[in-house]
Amino acid sequence: MGFLDISNVTKSYGTVEVLHRVDISIEEGEFLVLVGPSGCGKSTLLNMIAGLENITSGEVSIKDRVVNGVHPSKRNIAMVFQSYALYPNMTVGQNMTFGLEMHGVPKPERDRALKEVAALLQIEQLLDRKPSQLSGGQRQRVAMGRALVRDPDVFLFDEPLSNLDAKLRVDMRTEIKKLHEKLKTTIVYVTHDQIEALTLSTRIAVMNQGYVQQLGTPKEIYDTPANVFVATFMGSPAMNVLPARVAVREGVPNAVVRDADGNEQFLPFSQPGLASRDGQDILLGIRPEAITDPDGADRKSSNVVPLENRVGVTEPAGSDTFVTMTLGGKDAIARMRADVTVRAGDTFGFAVNMEKAVAFDPKTEERIEP
Amino acid sequence: MSVATQDTAVSTGRVTRTFIYLLLILFALFYLMPLFVMVANSLKPLPEITGGNMMALPQDWTIEPWLQAWSSAQIGVEPTGLKPYFLNSVLMVVPAVAISTVLGALNGYVLTKWRFRGDSILFGLMLFSCFIPFQIVLIPMAMILGKLGLAGSIPGLVLVHVVYGVGFTTLYYRNYYAAFPTELVRAAMIDGAGFFRIFWRIMLPVSGPITVVSVIWQFTNIWNDFLFGASFGGQSQPMTVALNNLVQSSTGVKEYNVHFAGAILAALPTLLVYIVAGRYFVRGLMAGSVKG
Repeated sequence: MGFLDISNVTKSYGTVEVLHRVDISIEEGEFLVLVGPSGCGKSTLLNMIAGLENITSGEVSIKDRVVNGVHPSKRNIAMVFQSYALYPNMTVGQNMTFGLEMHGVPKPERDRALKEVAALLQIEQLLDRKPSQLSGGQRQRVAMGRALVRDPDVFLFDEPLSNLDAKLRVDMRTEIKKLHEKLKTTIVYVTHDQIEALTLSTRIAVMNQGYVQQLGTPKEIYDTPANVFVATFMGSPAMNVLPARVAVREGVPNAVVRDADGNEQFLPFSQPGLASRDGQDILLGIRPEAITDPDGADRKSSNVVPLENRVGVTEPAGSDTFVTMTLGGKDAIARMRADVTVRAGDTFGFAVNMEKAVAFDPKTEERIEP
Repeated sequence: MSVATQDTAVSTGRVTRTFIYLLLILFALFYLMPLFVMVANSLKPLPEITGGNMMALPQDWTIEPWLQAWSSAQIGVEPTGLKPYFLNSVLMVVPAVAISTVLGALNGYVLTKWRFRGDSILFGLMLFSCFIPFQIVLIPMAMILGKLGLAGSIPGLVLVHVVYGVGFTTLYYRNYYAAFPTELVRAAMIDGAGFFRIFWRIMLPVSGPITVVSVIWQFTNIWNDFLFGASFGGQSQPMTVALNNLVQSSTGVKEYNVHFAGAILAALPTLLVYIVAGRYFVRGLMAGSVKG
């Protein structure tokens, strides 16, 4: 049993099941991110943990206590909402202590908790203002402060950064990460932004259409995605997923892909287990940063393979240059160093780091375990 | 940009503007005429009215008609003036407005933030009550009041007006609260506030504009109501019925100056409410109408 256990939880509205047998368990102090496209059920799951939605079947337990049917205020949780949900008629200070007041905490104690948290978040000078007098970033801080004051077992964040502009979002992301490292609190965080998920979490649950597609550490999710959905959803630009065929040469399984001119190119896998798929069609998954120019290739990798191909489009993006080419009949993106000289239409010698390549079954779209 | 703005703005020369203002003043005078006639004639002695010009200002200013209308005019068979009936009206209007507004607010709160199966149908039925003509309910209402032992009393009138008004107030508050973010209610739930605490601490403090609308609407309707007052008033008839009895009396001399004064007295409270709170009236109406 973990600190927060979601076991076999489903959610139905009438006859429509929107969440299917979700199983997630995390330890105390973990940062779990629920990520997925809109409508995947991540917010519903969060609301079920909060007690704002009923659980159709299965169990949610916090600290070994089953909380199905327990009122939200008695679960010892705190939630930060997407719109911040600050009470417009109260000052910042009243907003933050409202929960303590409702729980019958005496005034001196409330004031002490407020002071502590306000100092932590550096919002002491805002305590007498109304929410309408705050900027977006300040509201965000107050909303977090309101959750922190309660000192709950679990923090729930519902897309807290999506109302902020791009720069502020990055700042607040770092801030949340720092806060988590400092306070070691247990957090469940919902977002549709895969970068937020990768940077913040200690564990990610990638969700789609009511199913948890994969639950794992950011590294597991990124390097060994469970299926094509996870592979393409996580990472930007998305992982290249290219139709290929397995051919064993000299005992080593190779991915055979057609280049822009229709010629077959052989890329030897690092996973010998794939030899059992000899002659079968697969989907080859390669992250853009695993396709580079030879000088930019990963020196620690033991399996960097040359690949000659015609360049389609180059997109300089400041820190990197993205090069698009046709591979396996699809567009593949390579992430190059910024100062690399590649011209559209030229044939270029790429270097593919096959250590990072994965293979998917074209029918089930699941990753093939080597 | 600036050139285009000048082009599209209404270009008003001095002549046009003068014409517009003249027209506006004309209309204002036209609409103020009845009020002028009422005020002017209520301050004249009776012979000045019967023997002279209705439009003229009083030559002999007097507040005697007002005092008469208030405390000694013949209402029906008693020379009591309008005073006791004014009091009846106040005793009826204040609780009726308060109760119907509070009920409407609670209904709106439940219908938007504590939704349940069939809530839309219930709301539809309550809306339906706004369209029932007064006359249709007279007989069933009389039966119910009789059964409750409230016939001919002020509490009976309060009940009638609350029942009739609650459809409107529910409509106002429901539409207003529909635009109120549900996340706030959820946040308060997690913070540990219960049903009434959320209503009292979170919803009501931001309900000012719609409360003004509800109060003005209910106050005006209930104060001005004649049919229910005449039908169910019994010994405690409201101001409107008394005014009718004063003005329509078929015996004795018609004291027009007293009638004018009485009519103004009857209209005064609603006028006051509009002047004090009218500014918020339009704002509140708009607030509810955007989403709902």
